Amino acid sequence: MLNKVAALGQATLNSIAGAGAALIMLTRALVGKPQLRKSWPLLMQQMYSVGVMSLIIIVVSGLFIGMVLGLQGYTILVDFGAEQSLGPMVALSLLRELGPVVTALLFAGRAGSALTAEIGLMKATEQLSSLEMMAVDPLRRVIAPRFWAGLYSMPILAAVFSAVGIYGGYLVGVRWLGVDDGAFWSVMQANVEWGHDIMNGIIKSVVFAFVVTWIALHKGFNCTPTSVGISKATTSTVVTASLAVLGLDFVLTALMFG
Amino acid sequence: MLTTTLEGNPEHLVEIDDIYFHYNHSTHNLYEGLSMAIPRGKITAVMGPSGIGKTTLLRLIGGQLRPQQGQIRFAGQNIPSLKRSELYQLRKRMSMLFQSGALFSDMTVYDNIAFPLREHSRLSEELIETIVLLKLEAVGLRGARHLMPAELSGGMSRRAALARSIALDPELIMYDEPFAGQDPISMGVIIKLIKELNESLGLTSIIVTHDVEEVLTIADYVYIIADKQVVGHGTPEQLLNSDNALVHQFLHGEADGPVPFHYRAPTLADELLGAGDAK
Amino acid sequence: MESRNTQLAVGLFVIIGVLALLFLGLQAANTNVATAGETYRLYAKFDNIGGLKERSPVKVGGVVVGRVSKITLDGDYYEPLVEMVISKQYNEFSDTTSVSILTSGLLGEQYIGLNPGFIDDTVQMLEDGDRIYDTKSALVLEDLIGQFLFSQGND
Repeated sequence: MLNKVAALGQATLNSIAGAGAALIMLTRALVGKPQLRKSWPLLMQQMYSVGVMSLIIIVVSGLFIGMVLGLQGYTILVDFGAEQSLGPMVALSLLRELGPVVTALLFAGRAGSALTAEIGLMKATEQLSSLEMMAVDPLRRVIAPRFWAGLYSMPILAAVFSAVGIYGGYLVGVRWLGVDDGAFWSVMQANVEWGHDIMNGIIKSVVFAFVVTWIALHKGFNCTPTSVGISKATTSTVVTASLAVLGLDFVLTALMFG
Repeated sequence: MLTTTLEGNPEHLVEIDDIYFHYNHSTHNLYEGLSMAIPRGKITAVMGPSGIGKTTLLRLIGGQLRPQQGQIRFAGQNIPSLKRSELYQLRKRMSMLFQSGALFSDMTVYDNIAFPLREHSRLSEELIETIVLLKLEAVGLRGARHLMPAELSGGMSRRAALARSIALDPELIMYDEPFAGQDPISMGVIIKLIKELNESLGLTSIIVTHDVEEVLTIADYVYIIADKQVVGHGTPEQLLNSDNALVHQFLHGEADGPVPFHYRAPTLADELLGAGDAK
Repeated sequence: MESRNTQLAVGLFVIIGVLALLFLGLQAANTNVATAGETYRLYAKFDNIGGLKERSPVKVGGVVVGRVSKITLDGDYYEPLVEMVISKQYNEFSDTTSVSILTSGLLGEQYIGLNPGFIDDTVQMLEDGDRIYDTKSALVLEDLIGQFLFSQGND
């Protein structure tokens, strides 16, 4: 019994130490005078591998989720004779919830795991040590550009996701099931507000971007530099980041729309 | 024993003074009162059985790890007490050849070698190209400059990494197991390179290895570490003639001796009988 | 060359993001109506606001001109006081204007309907912070049924 309490205490201490290490890592990576000439190409490179490479999966998922929303929404709403409300239903679900959240989950799976594996591999092959011995700070050189890339990319991806999703809902609802074209858009416009719905969605996706990228980088940077360690860290990135996103989503939703 | 004669001797580039070290996650001391001096402009070999932390020693000198006790002086500056910025300044004067080569896998060989130059100098691209080609010529890989690290053989990537580590003309170069896993030809090439670089550039070299024969042919001075301390040091001839049993066992590769063949365990008879009792 | 292609791709990526945002803003949301530009506030006191909520629309003949910004209980008798934010575009309501709480459709949400009053020399225009006195409360189903039964009984 005492042993179990001790183990719990140890686990608590470890997680606090882990969070502290992650915080130190991030501050050391981001604080300091920026060197635009050197960091711009690095940022571009990372925006490419983190953002551009995730675009396909985001567009495809967004389209399908929007189409499913259109189909499901229609079958429910038509019972109440309220199929005119399909537009706002699709748009609000996407803008407030599905856009930021599903993008963050897909991002954690696609880009987050890749970031962890990449940095873990750099650690295992002594590339990070080697940078340090060359008097180049790996936090500034490797971590920082990846962090900014993640932070900039995810809100863009979330906006694309929502836009494509709404178009998917339009395809199914209007083109296929015959909801009135004008009503679809006008009822949507009457119910969706720029400041309230779209801005809050963007704020959500910025928060998620911060958390997911941070977790991915921290897991990679602090992994055990062996093949087992890297694969564990990668799994842990996806799990931790997904849970963090879902938990934070509840908190944010309560604050914004509660 | 060494400490009194070491202090501030200008002939020594690196002085390690009575250090105690263990990793954070363990209480087991890796070193207890280890001291050594690396003479300037010479090739010093650090040898010892596997697992006694030879690579750790290099990381300590590079400032990536800090000892719990003791001093490590590089050109008179105590590395563990330096601030980060000072340490980074100091690291520009040393370089390290990692066991795996540690080439950046997302750059070509050329960019890898140009990397430290681009980071730390304001040289023009033309000048950088000249330097890189010269360094590549020195390791015989000028023709391979457009290849990616993944396309290189083990020996070639180590040579490319060597070219990178001399790109900034450091004073000290540390080799971590440079001969491990090399075929005889590339081993010969690397031995030749280490020797040549040391002579032509006036480098101070530290080679950490357990390949006795190879290193004894080029080393000027040899330290043997075991039991958390230096157990023997001297020129290769002195050590080969040493009557220290441990040094003798290590240099001649005998299976049993002061470093036992068996991992610590109760005697076989006890264990078998003990197992019988437990039933 | 490679880095140029990367930059091009990233540039396109950012442009796609901006286009998506524009699409959301212009096609999906009501950027032009009410509360976006300059606004002024009006107050109205009701007996019962029914299902009216903050952010419910304020309409004139079906056109959204503003939103409900705050609902509080006011005065000694705790009567619901509704604060409305109206777009400056529509600042020519006279003080004979009346407000009522209406329902869109059978099951739809409730909104405030503004009926502009007549204008002549004797009336003044409503300004920021003014109150509308002519109000009609929300219909509450129970009251309706009660009235219906009562009128049946009188026959």
